[in-house]
Amino acid sequence: MSGRAWFAALTSNAVTGGSSTVLSADARLGDELARFIAVVPDANNRFPRARQGEVGLDEGWILAREVREVLRADAGRIARPLVAIVDVTSQAYGRSEEMLGIHLACAAAADAYASARWAGHPVIALLVGKAMSGAFLAHGYQANRILAVDSPEVLIQAMGKQAAARVTRRSVEELEKLGERIPPMAYDVRSFAALGLLHRLIEGVRIDAPTPADIDRVRGELLDAVRDVRKGGRDLTHRLSGEAAGKARAASIEVRRRLAEQWDVD
Amino acid sequence: MSVLTRRSFIELLARERARELLDAGTFRELLGPFDRLKSPWLPLQGIVPQSDDGVVIARGRIDGAAAVVAAIEGAYQGGSMGEVSGSKIAAALELALRDCERGRPVIPVVLFETGGVRLQEANLGLAVISEIHSALVALRRHVPVIGVIAGMVGCFGGMSLAAALCTQLIVTRQARLGMNGPEVIEQEAGIAEMDATDRVAIWKLIGGEQRHATGLADALVEDDVEAVAAEVRKACRAGVCANPRSTDTQRFLSRLARIDPAHVPDPQSLRRLWSTM
Repeated sequence: MSGRAWFAALTSNAVTGGSSTVLSADARLGDELARFIAVVPDANNRFPRARQGEVGLDEGWILAREVREVLRADAGRIARPLVAIVDVTSQAYGRSEEMLGIHLACAAAADAYASARWAGHPVIALLVGKAMSGAFLAHGYQANRILAVDSPEVLIQAMGKQAAARVTRRSVEELEKLGERIPPMAYDVRSFAALGLLHRLIEGVRIDAPTPADIDRVRGELLDAVRDVRKGGRDLTHRLSGEAAGKARAASIEVRRRLAEQWDVD
Repeated sequence: MSVLTRRSFIELLARERARELLDAGTFRELLGPFDRLKSPWLPLQGIVPQSDDGVVIARGRIDGAAAVVAAIEGAYQGGSMGEVSGSKIAAALELALRDCERGRPVIPVVLFETGGVRLQEANLGLAVISEIHSALVALRRHVPVIGVIAGMVGCFGGMSLAAALCTQLIVTRQARLGMNGPEVIEQEAGIAEMDATDRVAIWKLIGGEQRHATGLADALVEDDVEAVAAEVRKACRAGVCANPRSTDTQRFLSRLARIDPAHVPDPQSLRRLWSTM
């Protein structure tokens, strides 16, 4: 699994917290420490619907705890970068999960990352596998900058293909065809980049078995992203400012422009 | 309250819902149907776009305080969040935040009636939902952040996280709040896990009354226009929330620690188990 491999590579496997499914460690990034966090599979996880790398109830709240620990520890000091290593297959689907508030668990994780970003922590997401749906909202989507390894294994979508096909009453083949024509419907990382949501697509890196040179490359890109964040603001407007966003997200930009015009009565 | 004097809030469309919550005569819609901001993606897929994309943004006052209401129209595309509908909400929250930071507080009220991401706009829907989450978290430091789930669509998908980020969440008995809709769970996990046609069981599990009884919603109200409006006014007076639910990691981790996944309590037992936690 890529998530575990990249976590190990970037932290020298120095797990310092978390759980069997949420790996968390402070490791060097340039001249400082950064907190790296990954969600990984565990065939013996206590909740059966969160054994394959899903963000479940425990995972959501433990992500929140690991991020908030950094927030508390760094209050009044230099805000440490947070790196979310993203390889999450989905949120956990189950009856118990719903009753026990999976929506709140995922919100707690998103909340923690957003709070860290608003407090001045550079938050970087590194996509090395699946970035699906609610799991991505919980772990990664609140980042100031989203980076991805260029690989067919990196998949970004709002819902798995089979389920999306059923809900929209289409076949999987039809859905794939639509994705070629309509970028937000696609699953691949290059289409995602075309939406302006990706800060950097890291090419020529072996996703499953990164070499030392690959790891250095990725570390360098993370470092660049951290520097870039520290030069700018804490909100997410960066995503709307690039050339790709200007084309693919013209409507998002237009809504904001016109709403601002109408906001106050002159 | 007698049935005769009650006026159903659920039966109102989004625009009327927003109007009813604002002080009389203060409703002012922004980016209304005449602005014709429609989804650029639906026509490419043979679906007729709507000129407000299913979201009503209205400024006005609640008990005299400046407010902005974002009301999702459940009758259009299941209240789904596309690029335009979601951006309208995100942009309204971002402008409210800007005003708050300038010392002119604007209280945000979101009326959730949504299945989550609009699958025809998939990744852009998900992106705008993350932008909504970001603004809700930032706003919370300045003002109460109010959410209402009335029904009958309920609140699902990425927008269930948005509801969970509200500091004052108001629900009716008809409301449902869950991350994955019953149909999705049935598809992903099988009919033995959940039967999406068993309405009674679904409301017992994720309905407004259960959410309120287990501390996942702040207020339970009747389906009545005056009752909902009164509860929203009360929420506006609540001020900045000192301890938002979605930041309360210790409490919720200890709640989960009490659960044995092999013997998960039924909804009624869960109320008792969590009542003191």
